[in-house]
Amino acid sequence: MGKTLLKKVWDLHTVRQLSTGQTQLFIGLHLIHEVTTPQAFDMLRARGVGVAFPDRTFGTTDHIIPTGDISRPFQDPLAEAMLSALERNCAEFDIPFWNLDSDRQGIVHVIGPELGLTQPGMTVACGDSHTSTHGALGAVALGVGTSQVRDVLASQSLAIDPLKVRRIAVNGELGRGIFAKDVILEIIHRLGVNGGVGYAYEYGGSAVERMSIEERLTICNMSIEGGARVGYVNPDRTTFEYLKGRPFAPSGDAFDRAVSWWRSIASDTDADYDDVVEIDAAAIEPRVTWGINPGQSVAVSECIPSIGREDQNRGVAEALAFMGLNGGERIAGTKIDVAFVGSCTNSRLSDLREAARVAKGHSVAPHVKALVVPGSRAVQVAAEDEGLDQLFRDAGFEWRGAGCSMCLAMNPDRLEGNEVCASSSNRNFKGRQGSPTGRTLLMSPAMVAAAAVAGEVTDVREHFARTHL
Amino acid sequence: MSNRKIDRIEGTAIPVRGDNIDTDRIIPARFLKAITFDGLGEHVFEDDRIAISGHPFSNPAYAGARLLLVNENFGSGSSREHAPQALKRWGIAACVGESFSEIFKGNALAIGLVCVTTSHEIIDRLMELVETVPTSRLALSLNHRSIDVGDSTVSVDVEGPVRDALLSGTWDATGLLLDDFDVVRGVASRVPYIRGF
Repeated sequence: MGKTLLKKVWDLHTVRQLSTGQTQLFIGLHLIHEVTTPQAFDMLRARGVGVAFPDRTFGTTDHIIPTGDISRPFQDPLAEAMLSALERNCAEFDIPFWNLDSDRQGIVHVIGPELGLTQPGMTVACGDSHTSTHGALGAVALGVGTSQVRDVLASQSLAIDPLKVRRIAVNGELGRGIFAKDVILEIIHRLGVNGGVGYAYEYGGSAVERMSIEERLTICNMSIEGGARVGYVNPDRTTFEYLKGRPFAPSGDAFDRAVSWWRSIASDTDADYDDVVEIDAAAIEPRVTWGINPGQSVAVSECIPSIGREDQNRGVAEALAFMGLNGGERIAGTKIDVAFVGSCTNSRLSDLREAARVAKGHSVAPHVKALVVPGSRAVQVAAEDEGLDQLFRDAGFEWRGAGCSMCLAMNPDRLEGNEVCASSSNRNFKGRQGSPTGRTLLMSPAMVAAAAVAGEVTDVREHFARTHL
Repeated sequence: MSNRKIDRIEGTAIPVRGDNIDTDRIIPARFLKAITFDGLGEHVFEDDRIAISGHPFSNPAYAGARLLLVNENFGSGSSREHAPQALKRWGIAACVGESFSEIFKGNALAIGLVCVTTSHEIIDRLMELVETVPTSRLALSLNHRSIDVGDSTVSVDVEGPVRDALLSGTWDATGLLLDDFDVVRGVASRVPYIRGF
């Protein structure tokens, strides 16, 4: 029986088995940002411990930064204190840090792949649950809390429980207007928000194999929304092409040697999986969430579920009451107030292009506030070079600087009151977008752009048909 | 490095009903804007407390509770350690639930906040009890994997190694991880992407 990528990478990085039954796992790449690290550095100082591998640690700022005026000090003194702490900590411990003045700054899960820091066969850790994103390149990437950030800083390793592997094979062709976001929303809907607890998700099948790295990043990003701490795609030619020439990727002959190792760490064709799930790509439709967790979604052509018997439908009544939606009604036609294209799930150049294709030549509905927030400075520059900023502005979208922005509203971008937001982000939790009573509908960037134009949830395929795209 | 040994946790309990209660609800993101964990305890479940009249964390009858009773997949979502930190700083010493999200459970263990699981039926019974009589006292024993309540005892699950770590006071991993740092260096020197391709 062959081995999975997870098993191969796990074995290679195992330092030892701990008395606690956990594995001490070496971490090849540690990414840090301003929100989950200040306390970790204080814990290090309190113990008189240094950073073990500062050259395997990279910092940037993303969560709290404004996407408009970034002059210092920030208007928000708390945000200013957090960025200042990260600046001090990186300087004190000699950690490379891409600050607001760097052309490498951006959302930590956008810049890792973009710079070629994330590579196949690596173990990656970051104090952020969406670290699973990096698995798109064939890495084993773990989201951790602050005490574990401290552990990685101190020892370049983590104490962690072994994971089972579930292969999710998405076979066949995706229809037109169906995106990676729809695929992962379908998977989470099918397997549940806690279906992946204890598992790493290995995504494969012909539909995933045909996807670009940016599409795979979207899928792996939301693994954690299905309860799986790790999600990955086996490295293949698409992965190698993507990495070639990136600043931190090997170059010249070393690149060729790297490729042969990267090939070797992919799951064997006869690998032993703990579970296998097959999904028919052709049956997937554009999906929209109607509830308060990412598993609560329907196809855009479907109706919102009815409450039914409370004992069989735990949480549906609570979700509908919070969302102000009626069970049994169609999700299409739900009026929106805000449209947000951004977040570590969907803020890369291909995401912005898809949203732009929909927005081109149209206008945002008068009652909708729409904003586009590129995931990194590099994405921003590339999009501006193509004229996407102007296209969005002409259509009535606001064009902003790079950051996490309205995904979790730790910066000035947030919902107000009961606003309903069509969002390309990853979480529709109560209060997630900054207003305790704000409501989030998750969907693909193209669907967000279509909703912004229509002023309500609409099927992007119909938008294409109407506009002869 | 050794820590506090944890075995018995005794006191009143506070019930929070619902599956998939995420860490954004336990501690909304705006309270993460700080460079310490100080003061998080007073903001635990802040938005839920405003939205839901009679939320248990607003109910003075549950003040001083040491055990938190929850349903399925508690602590899902964001990896913010601020969530278990906020619960611990409010006064919670143990969470008893049907299941927990993986990252939440790891974060809780790292700060010595105990998480144990049991069946839906038992959770429901315990919740009903403390909803009716908030002064009911529960006594969790990690050693016996049980909770004593009144004259009866119910059993709870906790992974063997986690239980051992809590009982022996080795639940804070940093010391363990630094025990044999030469081995860590050894792994670094054999990993192709560090050794060089």
